[in-house]
Amino acid sequence: MSIWENLGIVYALLGAAIAVLMAGAGSAIGVGVAGQAASGVVTEDPSKFAKVLIMQLLPGTQGLYGLLIGFITLQKIGILGSGAADLTPATGLMILAACLPIGIVGLISGKYQGMTSAAAIGIVAKKPDQFGKAMLFPAMVETYAILALLISFLAVNGIKI
Amino acid sequence: MAVLQMQRVSICALKKDRKAILEKIQSLGIMEMNQVADHEDSFEKMDTVNARQSFEKTAHITDAALSILDQYAPQKTSMFASLEGKGLISQKEFEEATAKKEKVISGANRLIAKSKEIAEKKANILKLENQIESLAPWLALDVPMNFSGTDKTAMLLGTMPAETTPEMVYTGLAEQCPDIEAVDVQVIEKDRDAVYLTVLCLKEEADKVEASLRALGFAKPSQMTSKVPAVKKEKLTVKIQKLKSEIEEAEKDIKSCADSRYDLKLVGDYFRIRADKYNVLGTIPQSQRTFVVSGYAVKKTVPVIEKAIGEHYECVIDVEDLKEDEEPPIMLKNNGFSETVESIVASYGLPQKGEFDPTTIMSFFYVFFFGMMLSDAAYGAILAIACFVVIKKFPRMESGMKKTMKMFMYCGISTLIWGILFGGYFGNAVDIISGTFFGHTITPKALWFVPLNDPMKLLVYSMLFGVIHLFTGLGIKGYMCLKDGRVMDFFCDVMLWFSLLLGLILMLLPTEIFGSIIQAQIVFPAPLNTLAKVLAIAGAVGIVLMSGRENKNFGVRIALGAYDLYNVTGWLSDVLSYSRLLALGLATGVIASVMNEIGSMFGNNVIGVIGFSVVFIVGHTLNLAINLLGAYVHTNRLQFVEFFGKFYEGGGRPFEPFKSKTKYIDVKEEM
Repeated sequence: MSIWENLGIVYALLGAAIAVLMAGAGSAIGVGVAGQAASGVVTEDPSKFAKVLIMQLLPGTQGLYGLLIGFITLQKIGILGSGAADLTPATGLMILAACLPIGIVGLISGKYQGMTSAAAIGIVAKKPDQFGKAMLFPAMVETYAILALLISFLAVNGIKI
Repeated sequence: MAVLQMQRVSICALKKDRKAILEKIQSLGIMEMNQVADHEDSFEKMDTVNARQSFEKTAHITDAALSILDQYAPQKTSMFASLEGKGLISQKEFEEATAKKEKVISGANRLIAKSKEIAEKKANILKLENQIESLAPWLALDVPMNFSGTDKTAMLLGTMPAETTPEMVYTGLAEQCPDIEAVDVQVIEKDRDAVYLTVLCLKEEADKVEASLRALGFAKPSQMTSKVPAVKKEKLTVKIQKLKSEIEEAEKDIKSCADSRYDLKLVGDYFRIRADKYNVLGTIPQSQRTFVVSGYAVKKTVPVIEKAIGEHYECVIDVEDLKEDEEPPIMLKNNGFSETVESIVASYGLPQKGEFDPTTIMSFFYVFFFGMMLSDAAYGAILAIACFVVIKKFPRMESGMKKTMKMFMYCGISTLIWGILFGGYFGNAVDIISGTFFGHTITPKALWFVPLNDPMKLLVYSMLFGVIHLFTGLGIKGYMCLKDGRVMDFFCDVMLWFSLLLGLILMLLPTEIFGSIIQAQIVFPAPLNTLAKVLAIAGAVGIVLMSGRENKNFGVRIALGAYDLYNVTGWLSDVLSYSRLLALGLATGVIASVMNEIGSMFGNNVIGVIGFSVVFIVGHTLNLAINLLGAYVHTNRLQFVEFFGKFYEGGGRPFEPFKSKTKYIDVKEEM
């Protein structure tokens, strides 16, 4: 039996890792960018702290979506709990593929949502009463992370082990 | 569920009642000022700018005094202070408090003067401390710094570059001018930057010696004192002590005024109200004996104005409906449940003149979708109870804030219901706790089904709710077309789309791909299949033919129609957008479960219980916070983008009545 036949579980774990890693990195970039803008606003007007904090948090969800997919993948392949399942390389690669959408889209959308948040924080700084509208722009970007999450979730859920 | 009808109310009265009438209107607070007769020659406007500015300045003084009090005698405020809202006092109390306004204002001025005094004294202390610092190297000197010498000798005092020794000075001097008879160099102090020294020489040679010393890098100190440095330092220290005790005294004085805080707020508000009144007074057209004040009021409240003013003063009150070209301010009126989402509608934009108020219909969808996105019974209960407690605890909360709190309370209740339907209580906390600590796993039964086990089912339902939501929006558009008598628009822009979309949906349902999604094949009777095709084709053809109907050129018209038909992809993406209902619901549940799993990893022992509790509380607080934010943002998005996109424009001007705009206190209206 060659080593290649035992790699199924490795592929699957790699998938979980990619989901958490890339989506988390995206959120980290996004929250970081938005946080810089938020800090600028708070130095000028500390009373806007709560509003800009909410704005800063908006790009943080991609990381959670990655965590979600990573978690259900770990559960599915039995690394959490019952012990690692015996996966064929094909199944492992399928799970890896299923994890890709949230990983990649999470990374990119997290970054851009952060930039949009930073711009929206500019709205809050100048026109605090337009908070409701300002919040929508970053939410638009998040739509695509949600769609990716959905596909990743349905795919991981649907793969038979 | 409607936009309230506005009327124009104009009051013409005698000038002697001017103040009283304006005050009455202001305290009623139900009329928005909008003056007419602007250009008539016989009317003049009063110049009230100076009076208004002086009132604003006085209000500003009280604010400044309050902030000084906050600085020196801070008041303990709770975290929820912003929820408390303004206090309420009676007219009589208000009058009593403002009767002593001169005293309060002079008190405020005194406070400001005191705080200025403190600032000045602090600056003085800083200056004195600098002086002490510059004296420090000379402390060892036992004569005054400007000591000129004895009968025969002169003293030169100053600094030389660091590392200079007396020997170096002697040699330097000898080289520069060898004929100097006697010189004595004494080093007072050395530090990193300089050597501080005194040089004694004969009086007649002083100039020569000084010139030579300068060539060696000698410099006189910038600050000289006529006293012995140590004595001078002593004196400065005493001065600083005195200033410090004076500052303390002043601070004590300020603190003793902390009781006047309430009066300051009242008087500040009094002047704010007066400034507003004079602002309006300046816009009112007045003739020799009379004046006219005009503005918008909600139709229902007009009798109140007529009664409060017409019966007490000699005047003519003229009430008329709005003219065609007038842009009235918008005020919404909804039932107790729906009015809570008015601020959401307002943040998108109030309805324009003649537009439909979507608040009532939106409120039901809003609460429904919000609950579905958060969908955890325990989170819902926490949210609803927290909001309820806050509303009860702070009855004087500002009304916009109160509505928002109520909205979240309703959303919490909806979340609770969805949580029960989906069997989510802190995610899977019940399973984990019973499994880890009590040995056998109990799973609370979902009333409907568990989304995690059957996500496709919930996806289909999410889209179904989406289709209902969107069709409602399109229906409202149709209703508005009919109301305005635009039957052609109603048929072309609404009915044809309904026909096309319904046809497409009916065609989709019996297909195999849809069957595999819901894991059941739907079979329609043949006539229904035919009907679906007819509806879809009729709709599509109709749209191609009719959408560009404003265009005379037939070719362009068809092209525009075909382009409009392309909007069907827009509908597809709108419907798919509702998949977030499923995704966000799953996110709440799964991340809650992650928290529970992490907590349970400590095992079943004392440490395990403590560890679980900590992880449970921290984890679920975070999860609730971030998902609450997510549910709020995405519910708004579904309303603003998908729902409003179908029929609503917004952009109306909110109704802003002329009223007593206060900062701290509301005065009870006595009728």
